[in-house]
Amino acid sequence: MAEAAIELVGINKSFGTVRANRDINLVIERGTILGIVGENGAGKSTLMSILYGFYQADSGEIKVGGKPVAIKTPNDAIALGIGMVHQHFMLVENFTVIENIILGAEHEPLLKKSIAKARSELERLEREYGLEVDPDAVVEELPVGLQQRVEILKALYRGAEILILDEPTGVLTPPEADHLFRILRQLKEQGKTIVLITHKLREIMAITDTVSVMRQGTVVATRETAQTTVEELAELMVGRRVLLRVEKGEARPGAVKLSVRNLTVRDSRGVTMVSDVSFDVRGGEIVGIAGVAGNGQSELIEAISGIRRAVSGNVLLDGKAIDVIGHADPGELRDRGLAHVPEDRHHVGLVLAFEENENSMLGYHDKPQYLQGPFLKIDAVRDDAKRKIEKFDIRPPDCRLRTANFSGGNQQKIVLARELEQDPGVLIVGQPTRGVDVGAIEFIHKQLIAMRDRGKAVLLISVELDEIRSLSDRILVMFDGRVVGERGPDASEGELGLLMAGVENREAAE
Amino acid sequence: MSTPYAKLPAWADYGLIPFINLLVSFAVAGLVVLLVGENPFHAAVILVDGAFGSGTGIAYTLYYATNFIFTGLAVAVAFHCGLFNIGGEGQAYIAGLGVGLVCLAFDHILPWWLTFPLAILGAALAGALWALIPAYLQAKRGSHIVITTIMFNFIAASAMVYLLVGPLKPRGAMAPQTRQLVEGAQLPKLGWLLQEFGLTVRPSAPLNLSFLLALVMAFVVWVIVWRTKLGYEIRTMGFSSKAARYAGISETRIIIVTMLISGALAGMMALNPIMGDQHNVSLDFVSGAGFVGIAVALMGRSHPAGIVPAAILFGMLYQGGAELAFEMPNISRDMIVIIQGLVILFAGALEHMFRPWVQAVFASFSPRSVGIAPSKAEGA
Repeated sequence: MAEAAIELVGINKSFGTVRANRDINLVIERGTILGIVGENGAGKSTLMSILYGFYQADSGEIKVGGKPVAIKTPNDAIALGIGMVHQHFMLVENFTVIENIILGAEHEPLLKKSIAKARSELERLEREYGLEVDPDAVVEELPVGLQQRVEILKALYRGAEILILDEPTGVLTPPEADHLFRILRQLKEQGKTIVLITHKLREIMAITDTVSVMRQGTVVATRETAQTTVEELAELMVGRRVLLRVEKGEARPGAVKLSVRNLTVRDSRGVTMVSDVSFDVRGGEIVGIAGVAGNGQSELIEAISGIRRAVSGNVLLDGKAIDVIGHADPGELRDRGLAHVPEDRHHVGLVLAFEENENSMLGYHDKPQYLQGPFLKIDAVRDDAKRKIEKFDIRPPDCRLRTANFSGGNQQKIVLARELEQDPGVLIVGQPTRGVDVGAIEFIHKQLIAMRDRGKAVLLISVELDEIRSLSDRILVMFDGRVVGERGPDASEGELGLLMAGVENREAAE
Repeated sequence: MSTPYAKLPAWADYGLIPFINLLVSFAVAGLVVLLVGENPFHAAVILVDGAFGSGTGIAYTLYYATNFIFTGLAVAVAFHCGLFNIGGEGQAYIAGLGVGLVCLAFDHILPWWLTFPLAILGAALAGALWALIPAYLQAKRGSHIVITTIMFNFIAASAMVYLLVGPLKPRGAMAPQTRQLVEGAQLPKLGWLLQEFGLTVRPSAPLNLSFLLALVMAFVVWVIVWRTKLGYEIRTMGFSSKAARYAGISETRIIIVTMLISGALAGMMALNPIMGDQHNVSLDFVSGAGFVGIAVALMGRSHPAGIVPAAILFGMLYQGGAELAFEMPNISRDMIVIIQGLVILFAGALEHMFRPWVQAVFASFSPRSVGIAPSKAEGA
């Protein structure tokens, strides 16, 4: 057994009465990759924040290299050789790579000297770990994968021996993720210790040496990666058996319900996000749009659902035009049977400060069933919410509870219940399972399949390629605002990954 | 549960925390009194006694409170839509014109109970119109409502000065005000109501019928905000404009309608001094009530049930403060402005200062009361 780089002994942390970490013991061996998996709210991030000095543990001990240490601030952590790569990058977008790297580590009063020093150090790091990136490039102009590399370089520049990566592949294309894994392996070979926090079990299997599973604030199991399976890990995470494969029958596509022709959409800065996109969605099929976040999927569904104005193009709903350029109104589209589960349920799909029952009618609040003249029929609203809570098994079953106090999965169920209960002909779903626990994912997927089987048209947008592949009957891939390819549900991950990276045929990638 | 703050029971949220904030602001104010060289406890006794110690004192306190209920409600309604209406002062001032014109036209012809509803309409209409322009600019042009309403306060002040030294001033009069209104525009006093409780009230004490109107409006605001479709749309807009757009709520319409309601409420404040007390429209009759309304709304958590007591509290500070300035020459009326400032600081700006501490206390007594289930119920 190798030497322990970090040892956590009996770590406890509570927020109010919520015990985010309970009596956690964990040994991270030097020169290995440890994966930490768990559902949202299992306490992974809290634990890593304690290690990185954002929070203080209520009790327990942290040992680095065998010696007990006190980590009170991220600076303490850095001094001990612990570096962190956050899920949301902490980069100054309009600085160059090198400026970002020395930020907070400028040793000279004059920037020029620091930069010169950093440059030679950076060259060494790049040579050693194969982390090529142009030091003079402006960060905002770099692709996400390279920005992440800058984050890693930042940590290494500060002398990190132990790297913590929080959900590092969430924003990457599959090829970018593969490249990241190669870098991580290289770092490991050089003797660095890596902690990988993720909810993607496949990644755990691909790269880690050891994996610890967290549930409800405790480490429920630690396994040698080679001796476990995805199924076992999923079961450990949820505490019961889960169905990872979505079971669905053959699609029976009917008439075209939603037809998009030559749609072009610009964002608020005037940048073209969707250019000349055309496709159809038929009743009884799920069309998935795959793509790395930020390639126009969001703008596409916003334009179709009337939230954002398009520049040009036509959209037909049941053969009748939607005025996507001029006055499309989400309320009117709802009346015409177009339901929309938005990507951002926290700010768009729900009002978190509302009681559950108030969100349960958002967007449908002018339906006569809720109203008596200008007044709300509070009892009718609450009864309706209670019915949906029961039908969709929303927990806790309390329609007066503030929406913010529901878990991510249950919040998503509130949105789904609201939209599906209107029995729409067309359903547009954005990121249906983002930030949703494994148990609820299964439920949500079943609901979407059931919609399809009832002959409804479902347009699905997700950055989770697995989700797209397991739910869709047809897959469109978006890259840089265009649909770059259409594939069947049996398309391989590699093939889709290349399309998502903008490579339209295999030869060009080699 | 992603919020670090667990929920407190409503009574603690709306009662205990404001009370603690208030206590702290009074304690700090006491230190200021001490610095001036007076005994803070004695000062507190004079202040409370001046406000509540006699029937007349109470009548004055409630008279001031009436102003603050109207302006507090005005600010609160706008808050619910995410708008910060700082223009209550100007809206009330211009509404004085609405009230004044109605009264000047009808006070010789109609009895007060017919003039009153017309004057209410006049006040609401004038106040709403004065809020309409900033609202339109915000909704259509994105001009920030805070800036435009402040500017409109100045425009209102200048316009009213012009009118009160010119067209509205009776020929030959020296004072910048309208002629005295006669009986047909004088609201009944409510001193008798206090006398029913065995208190003695000087007949000149200004408490009048508009106090009851203020209470009715408080109830109406509650109904609008929490029991109508419009209120639902206002609150959706206030919490998240993205969610409002998603729900098919027109941003333009809601901003304008909300500001019309807000302006109308601020405008009704003008009824109280004009028809209830001084029986004329005079220069600067609003005297800061529009701004106090902001503090009242903050302190009352934008809820009518909080705004009414908060308004009475500020009424107490006004009335008791006048007594205090009289009894303790070292303390000027500005002292009241300091106390007000402290109340705003602790109740508004530092609202959450004591919250984590209160929550910790609650959590240690009973976890359930702060809405934490013993075990977290997750997914299906």
